[in-house]
Amino acid sequence: MPENADGATGSPEPDTSGRIRIPVSSAVPDAPQFQVAAKDPRRAEIVASSGFLLSAAGFAGFGACYWQNYSNFWLAITFTVGFAGLGYGLVIWGKYLMPQGPFEEARHSLEPTPSQREVFVEDFASRGKVAIERRGFLLKALGLASGILGVVLAFPLIRSLGPLPKLTLRKTAWRRSAYLVDITGRKITPNDIEVGGFVTVFPPDDIGGAYSQTMLIHVDDLSSGYLTPPPQFAKQRATWAPLGFIAFSKVCTHAGCPVGLYEELTEKMLCPCHQSLFDVRDAAIPIFGPAPRPLPQLPLYIDDEGYFRAQDGYDEPVGPGYWERGND
Amino acid sequence: MIDALFNWFDVRLGISGSGRKMVNKIFPDHWSFMIGEIALYSFIVLLGTGVFLTLYFVPSSKLIPYEGSYGPLRGQLVSEAFSSTLNLSFAVRGGLLMRQMHHWAANIFVGSIVVHMLRVFFTGAFRKPRELNWVIGSTMLILAIFNGFLGYSLPDDLVSGTGIRISFSIVESIPLIGSYMAFFLFGGNFPGDSIIPRFFILHVLILPAVIVGLLAAHLGMLVRQKHTQFPGGGKTQRNVVGVPMWPNFAAKSGGFMMLTVATTGFLSAAFQINPIWLYGPYVPYKVSYAVQPDWYMGWLDGALRIMPSWEIVGFGHMIPNVFFPAILLPGITFGVLQMWPFIEAKLTHDNVDHQLLDRPRDKPKRTAFGAAVFSFYFVLFGASATDVLANYLSISLNVVLTAFRFLAIIVPLIVYPVAYKICLELRSVPTAGQRKRANVVLRSAEGGYTTVATEPRPGDVVPSIDPLPLDQDVELVPVMAGVFEVADGASTSGAVPAGDGASAQAQPVPAEDGRPRPRGGIFRIPRDYR
Repeated sequence: MPENADGATGSPEPDTSGRIRIPVSSAVPDAPQFQVAAKDPRRAEIVASSGFLLSAAGFAGFGACYWQNYSNFWLAITFTVGFAGLGYGLVIWGKYLMPQGPFEEARHSLEPTPSQREVFVEDFASRGKVAIERRGFLLKALGLASGILGVVLAFPLIRSLGPLPKLTLRKTAWRRSAYLVDITGRKITPNDIEVGGFVTVFPPDDIGGAYSQTMLIHVDDLSSGYLTPPPQFAKQRATWAPLGFIAFSKVCTHAGCPVGLYEELTEKMLCPCHQSLFDVRDAAIPIFGPAPRPLPQLPLYIDDEGYFRAQDGYDEPVGPGYWERGND
Repeated sequence: MIDALFNWFDVRLGISGSGRKMVNKIFPDHWSFMIGEIALYSFIVLLGTGVFLTLYFVPSSKLIPYEGSYGPLRGQLVSEAFSSTLNLSFAVRGGLLMRQMHHWAANIFVGSIVVHMLRVFFTGAFRKPRELNWVIGSTMLILAIFNGFLGYSLPDDLVSGTGIRISFSIVESIPLIGSYMAFFLFGGNFPGDSIIPRFFILHVLILPAVIVGLLAAHLGMLVRQKHTQFPGGGKTQRNVVGVPMWPNFAAKSGGFMMLTVATTGFLSAAFQINPIWLYGPYVPYKVSYAVQPDWYMGWLDGALRIMPSWEIVGFGHMIPNVFFPAILLPGITFGVLQMWPFIEAKLTHDNVDHQLLDRPRDKPKRTAFGAAVFSFYFVLFGASATDVLANYLSISLNVVLTAFRFLAIIVPLIVYPVAYKICLELRSVPTAGQRKRANVVLRSAEGGYTTVATEPRPGDVVPSIDPLPLDQDVELVPVMAGVFEVADGASTSGAVPAGDGASAQAQPVPAEDGRPRPRGGIFRIPRDYR
């Protein structure tokens, strides 16, 4: 504060320019600005104080409800009444029973005058020049130390946050001749699912797995043979869907939600998150919504004991895309 | 007693000097200036209720059998996070109230920030010298949305877990570094067991600390630069007119804070929010139908839904579909948002200080642009309910989705010219916004007609009182040189040159050359006047 900067007593002292600054009070009790806004202050006082009394009742009620362990509703209602009364009373008080104003304060540009800026820059630069000039090596050494600190902090700290992706996004737990088991670990046979039904299956060593979850759907009631794949997969997927059962990855190729809905009538799978629709008969190609790629299909066979097993793992990464995914 | 106590502090801290500025601080009166306060007060509610919740919440995804009081889930394997959320809802007295208030306050917090920002945008309050505060404010909006999402994810229920799954895919979609970022953020491949504890510490410590810091800067800058105000009623570029901090603003704003708390309490009493016991715990292979995120994530969810199924593949790499709606769109949105003051200044070649606000109608281009952009996000927000709308209207989901794809483009194109036209119309009506007064048409005996205006009704005419200046100083400038032996620039009395405290009071007068120079022998110009 200018008046105290030289350590003088509290009284106004001339500063370097010899100027004296004396604060003056703005109290002008007779001025219209100092009158209360209410036409009938008595009434406003009654209204405001009834707000406070209501608030007191509300908070007392809250205490009672808490003590008696009442339900959330009564706790919240009494709490609300308490705060609403308090707020109402305060607002009425502030609006009607205080100097109505308007009042005014001056506003000055914060932009410094050129002389202020000049001396600031000069103060900063003059001492800084002494400190820094001809200290090139010192600066470089400091830069080196902070640079290494930065690298050391950035890499190990970030690096130890998690493992590298490696192949985990590319490969699921499905392997050649893995059994199809449900969430309880029970092996699935063709008799377990009626036509139009489906079950979520996993490989036995990854039950409940987020990436290996697979929808096994009984699409058609075939007593022998396979579901016919669409022409572009005629050769490759000819034997992948025995007896009218077909299995697709349950991880949506859009944002990774479980594609958990199967519409039996239309033979479509629907992702409930963003409504991508996959045509089960047509290699789960997305026919609507934002999903860009078909759901990968798991090749199935039925072993000699009548259990479903995978001919092999998925031949492409399941789930949403990522930078390294490329064309595979 | 109080005098002595005040004196004790005043002697040591100098309250009377700077404190006077504080109690005399003027707050311009307008309802729209209160919206930011709602954000501030709901943030306080968030801190208070949040501290309560941390006492009972266990941030762990370790699976334990649920043994609490909610019957349908008893015995089921759930994470400790889910189990402790149920316990603090059912077993802790007042716990459900605190949890519901926390969730409602979060929705109100982000909502009031958005509305506050719209107010600042449409009135041009972001212009010079307040660009920096706009940048800080919009940063807080981003952090608030982000922290809201983190908090929403913590209970580890089926709905929020699906949200985390989607967010993993979104991070994964970033070109070049996406999969590494996702693995480092989530501590490995989805789902892992690091998500809940990591989200927890981000949610309760790191992001709130950043928000508190930015909030302090936001308010500090506001105090230093003082408020903007609407023109009229004696308001100019060089003053602030309104009610003082003490007692009017303290009472009104304090009351407003209580009312914000009460509103949050009422919502928590009357409207159940996020009943996670109905959703069940998160398991990666389960999903529920017709779920929407919290409202402030709606535009992102909508964008994810209506994005066409494009994906860029080539050179052994892929830019996945979700990158466009969930990384690129928010990136552009928040980038343009933060840079808006500079963009507009560039477009309008505007480089002067603005202490008076625009009425939106007076800046039809900005208003129309803002309205059009806002309508685009509103359509996206609506698009997050495609499934609900399709069910409700009993029409095909495909029709609804296709309709939203077109609406997202068409609606802004319609809103712009309509808003522009409305602004021009409003501007051409001088009495727009004022109360209408009845005119009585009289017919005389001769058959002529005359129109007589009726008397103004109560409240039509507000008696105008001139603002009374507060926080005044009287300056005494010595007129005789030599009375004070003070030379320019070099003090002989040992006093330091006038500090910035004095310069803030001074009228800036252009310097001639900026060098100290005596002006004759009789009149001395105070240092700050040069």
